Amino acid sequence: MNKNYFQIIRGGINTTFQDQGRKNLYHIGIPFSGAMDNRNYLLANNLVGNKSEAPVIEFAYQGPLLKYFGKKINIAVTGDVNFKIKRNSNEINGKCYQSITIENGDELDIISTNKSVYGYLAISAQLKLKYQWSSCSINTKANIGANEGKKLEKKQEIDILKINKNLSNKKLNYTDTRIEKIRVIKGTNFDYFSENGKKIFLEKEFIVSKLSDRMGMRLEGSKIENIINTNIKSEGLIKGVIQVPADGNPIIMLSDHGTIGGYPKIGVVISADYDKLVQLTPGSKIKFEEVNLASAENLFRLYELETQNLISQI
Amino acid sequence: MIKNISNLGDAALYCDFGTEVNKENNIHVINYFKSIKEENIPGVNNLTPSYNKLIISFDLKKTNYKDLKVLIENLDINSYENLKSEEKEIPVCCDESFALDIKRLEEKLKIDREKIYENFFRKIFFCYMTGFIAGMPFLGDLDINMRVKRLETPRIKVPKGSIGITEQFANIYTFESPGGWNIIGNTPLKIFNKYKESNPNLINPGDTVVFKNITKDQFQNYNE
Repeated sequence: MNKNYFQIIRGGINTTFQDQGRKNLYHIGIPFSGAMDNRNYLLANNLVGNKSEAPVIEFAYQGPLLKYFGKKINIAVTGDVNFKIKRNSNEINGKCYQSITIENGDELDIISTNKSVYGYLAISAQLKLKYQWSSCSINTKANIGANEGKKLEKKQEIDILKINKNLSNKKLNYTDTRIEKIRVIKGTNFDYFSENGKKIFLEKEFIVSKLSDRMGMRLEGSKIENIINTNIKSEGLIKGVIQVPADGNPIIMLSDHGTIGGYPKIGVVISADYDKLVQLTPGSKIKFEEVNLASAENLFRLYELETQNLISQI
Repeated sequence: MIKNISNLGDAALYCDFGTEVNKENNIHVINYFKSIKEENIPGVNNLTPSYNKLIISFDLKKTNYKDLKVLIENLDINSYENLKSEEKEIPVCCDESFALDIKRLEEKLKIDREKIYENFFRKIFFCYMTGFIAGMPFLGDLDINMRVKRLETPRIKVPKGSIGITEQFANIYTFESPGGWNIIGNTPLKIFNKYKESNPNLINPGDTVVFKNITKDQFQNYNE
């Protein structure tokens, strides 16, 4: 049998293929997309010897249950994820941040993410995927990317074009930490809000609402009062922008966000904290802290160094 | 011209072309957008032109706010002054089954539907920007007596192809999407085509658009 593939027995809640995303398409209304937690995405690929920017399977909360058919292959799971490998009648508890060799007939059951939202599964192979604008990232809103832009579901197959031959095992000693303090830069409409509203934004805790997905994260807490206008003329958005609509509850734009919007921008999450932000589960507390541009740039350099350092340890 | 450049977070430039939303400001935005796009500046990830703003987002690994700001301020934009645009005709069926908000508009505008449609179909629209959802064009300007606010409670699902109006603008829902615009008809034409990667949008910023009234029969038998 020549064909190597995974059979999807259970799709999971929000399972998609993701890579580095799509550039230069905001002006026609297509967002960046790509893996939500960039560091865990890069680590997953490096653990199986893939190129850093290869496609991976991203899952949220509950992951997929996959049965493998074919020659030996390496996989790696990153994030804070609870998963099992079922071989014959044995069950092995899976460990994140290491490559695992799986064989014909094995089942990979990604049961859940623990205190986080997203996890990543990298496969040491070239997958058969459709690319649109040089990316296979699935955008379920516009139905763009691999799998006709739809999330993965049971009975589908993940076809492998070519298995990477090197089956050496790799490991990283790393535990993903959780933070509830998210650093922000003041937004372009910061002065639309009352003194008390600004104080609430920078001093009070908010709770991540259930109405959060790859497009955006809604927060609940004390209302942020607008004293100028609850609408602005629609203009461009980027990921990390925090908009406050008329109801006074902030919404943070995430990777699949609408490209333009008409609500005042109170702040923008700094690039260094984006990976941590997206991992906050509904019900989590979140608190914002203001930093200036120079600090944000320094913090990003540190974040990048740390990521590169982790990759070099693999 | 750009009135002011500031930072939007740590990875984007926020270029302000003035507070007024008018064609003149918007043509400046589109000219800047087109010329910056042609420059292929290393590290620039995305350009988002809107009515009176242009957002330039970049890869913080490759460039930064300060350097990019200097670069943009020193660009020579003059050579792109002549806006190239195309004229597009969009067929619209205004059968009551598509015109979800026509009764609301009659009440709010105090104009009967014949007059509303007469005004709408007579207009030559200008595309200010595209986006929010893939390919959605924002078209202006409606006459003062045709301007009305969004629905108080937005619809959870606006059907694909719906033509909506709000304030001075008309738009087209390229997908089924949530939305609060007043829906007056539907087009059978494909406005966004994801398979045409080089030019997926039928209507681009700077284009002019006229709508053509078609019957339900023509709608059902429409062939691109």
